[in-house]
Amino acid sequence: MQTNEQMSHAGAAGAGGLTAGRPAEPASFRQPLAEYSLVLIFVVMFVAMSFGVEHFFSIDNMLGLALSVSQIGMVTCTMMFCLAARDFDLSVGSTVAFAGVLCAMVLNATGSAVIAVTVAVGAGCAIGFVNGAVIAYLRINPLITTLATMEIVRGLAFIVSHGQAVGISSERFIAFGNLTLFGVSMPIWVALACFIVFGVMLNNTVYGRNTLAIGGNPEASRLAGIRVERVRVTIFLVQGAVTALAGVILASRITSGQPNAGEGFELNVISACVLGGVSLLGGRASISGVVVGVLIMGTVENAMNLLNIDAFYQYLVRGAILLAAVLLDQLKNRGERS
Amino acid sequence: MSSLLSFENVSKVFPGVRALSGVSFEVRAGEVHGLMGENGAGKSTLLKVLGGEYQPDSGRVMIDGRDVRFACAAASIEAGVAVIHQELQYVPDLSVAENLLLGRLPASHGWFSKPRVVALARARLEAMGVDLDPTMNLRKLSIAQRQMVEICKALMRNARIIALDEPTSSLSHTETEVLFRLVRQLKRERCALIYISHRMDEIYELCDACTVFRDGKRIASHADLKSLPRATLVREMVGREIADIYRFRPRKLGDVRLSVAQLVAKPLTQPANFQVRGGEIVGFFGLVGAGRSELMHLVYGSRRKQGGSIRLDGATVRVDSPRAAIRHGIVLCPEDRKEEGIVATASVADNINISCRRHSLRAGVFLNRRKEAHIADGFIRQLQIKTPRRSQKIRLLSGGNQQKAILARWLAEPELRVVILDEPTRGIDIGARHEIYNVIYQLAERGCAIVVISSELPEVLGVSDRVIVMREGCIAGELSREAASEQAVLSLALPDRANPAAHGVIPAA
Repeated sequence: MQTNEQMSHAGAAGAGGLTAGRPAEPASFRQPLAEYSLVLIFVVMFVAMSFGVEHFFSIDNMLGLALSVSQIGMVTCTMMFCLAARDFDLSVGSTVAFAGVLCAMVLNATGSAVIAVTVAVGAGCAIGFVNGAVIAYLRINPLITTLATMEIVRGLAFIVSHGQAVGISSERFIAFGNLTLFGVSMPIWVALACFIVFGVMLNNTVYGRNTLAIGGNPEASRLAGIRVERVRVTIFLVQGAVTALAGVILASRITSGQPNAGEGFELNVISACVLGGVSLLGGRASISGVVVGVLIMGTVENAMNLLNIDAFYQYLVRGAILLAAVLLDQLKNRGERS
Repeated sequence: MSSLLSFENVSKVFPGVRALSGVSFEVRAGEVHGLMGENGAGKSTLLKVLGGEYQPDSGRVMIDGRDVRFACAAASIEAGVAVIHQELQYVPDLSVAENLLLGRLPASHGWFSKPRVVALARARLEAMGVDLDPTMNLRKLSIAQRQMVEICKALMRNARIIALDEPTSSLSHTETEVLFRLVRQLKRERCALIYISHRMDEIYELCDACTVFRDGKRIASHADLKSLPRATLVREMVGREIADIYRFRPRKLGDVRLSVAQLVAKPLTQPANFQVRGGEIVGFFGLVGAGRSELMHLVYGSRRKQGGSIRLDGATVRVDSPRAAIRHGIVLCPEDRKEEGIVATASVADNINISCRRHSLRAGVFLNRRKEAHIADGFIRQLQIKTPRRSQKIRLLSGGNQQKAILARWLAEPELRVVILDEPTRGIDIGARHEIYNVIYQLAERGCAIVVISSELPEVLGVSDRVIVMREGCIAGELSREAASEQAVLSLALPDRANPAAHGVIPAA
């Protein structure tokens, strides 16, 4: 505390000497470097793999890589909001499975893709709303709440499907998942759209700034006139909807609704966020970080597959990368927090 | 009499700032030594050096004439030093006994016996003459009692050097008396005590000697505090003569702006009624726990009301949330800046714009970055908020500058009608205080109704047109500026049981 005060005095003293009003202090050229260190690491990694790993740097492999992370990418966007508001959501994996199963069943029963997708996304909204309402209004810990809904929703997925995969017979729906534009398939476009929309939302809308404020200090946000509960519920609701959409797209890609789909999905999504510098303590998030986080996860997995590394070892590598990213973040912030 | 603790030429440099430069002074056994100075003068840094949290860059610390160099907090404790920080270090869900013996719990072969711990703690507490139940969880104790536990913990480690950093900032009158009694007892036991406080009265009441700090340097040491005029001390602290720090500006008062009638809610013991006129500054005084902050949070809608009405300019308004209050032009600067005021992770600009940005949105949702930057820069200049840039994280600013940013947050509201300031200058140094008082007067001149809650009596008397005194959850009375003397205000504020005859009683939890 004392140090912070004094440092700011020092900064202010430096400011007095210059006329522009917003002078550069010595640390300021280092700051962007630290900010983009993750991007730098990704670029270095990418270049190294392009030269070192056979078949890595090709259009086909790049598209395959992007497709493999497209569902994670979509949900990472909303998870970023969730974590930024100091909340947590473990139920997304189950929601992916439930939405896929539900979509497949409604599709088989009605033959209408529109109705099927609407029902699935609606169910996602409902799950998100329940999560949000229980957490924000009943004030139950988000970890516990979503752990419970994770189990419940997974159970629902098994119950409605009787534990069996639900095959999709509609050719048009399957074709929908394989639709391409400029040679890039639909799930990738959707993920890209999510990154853009949520990026703009985080940086340029009241909703985004309020989310960060709530994560930074919920009580101060409430006293500053923000409807904290409402924003938190909205975050979960949107998360439910986007997750369900990811589930529907996954079902379309694998031509069936699988009740055991998306196991461990929530942890991959949260890992990607943390890799991207989103603080679990709330108040800190950036879309560029999250994009890089998702790409690092995808690239590493892709390269390991190309190198034929045993799946068992891939777990080790993923864990090590996550730990390294968090340590890097800690080092980056050490000077600032003191 | 030789000194028990002495500092010789101690310096500590942080990147870009000399926190301590060549500080020397001594504390003798059986002496209470006051440390005085504005925020950032170096007092807390010195305590951290003493406590082993910081290592000095040069100079030395000596105990009993021997050089000591603490590499960590544990080494300092080992040497018989106890530093009690403003923010207490305890485990809320453990008992008094366990907290007292934390880290040194008696065990036989790794087995922990609760009755033994309690018995040991009880024996020591009785020996120290402290009336505390060792089985009680810390969470259930009052702040003063928790502080007592902290001090007892130091004594149980046989600390001979005890430093207290603003121990009374959150204590009530009675609780302060209890603390003072313990400090005097330690003094009789020949401990060396260092006492930091912003309250001049306490320093004079408790300390034998004092040292004044400014900008990391020792300005003066006074071995005989009792004969030292206060004005000298103040001059040494701020480096210039301060005649009247409030510089009250009388102004014409308008019609009644805010009228609170028959307000009923939990902490209030009687329905509350009061009015504030346009352009009027009303000071709310009371002891800690008198219900001033709670009453204002009721007015602001951040606490739930059970009954009563709020009228603004004659019209009844519904205020059931801070959001509703802000939309009616009622704003509040909360007491606890860190917990309720700033969003520490956000920038200065975001903290200023958090509420007013709703007026400059594009298409109802998109931020107007340029407008927000303009507003932030405008207030940074106007209020002289010391920050290198508007995108600086607000947590890196000093307390006074954070407070100014929160004031800016509300000054940016286009239609302010009622401004409530809860302890607006707590922990803020004299320079920033001036600017805050200035803002208050300017707001009043613009016709706002202003409420200032303060625990500092001189401040309440200095800035208010009228003083309302609260006592034990109700409004005890009000006094005009002319009638409001220290005597008159205090006699309304003190509950009967806090009269001198009852001093020294440990308050119930």
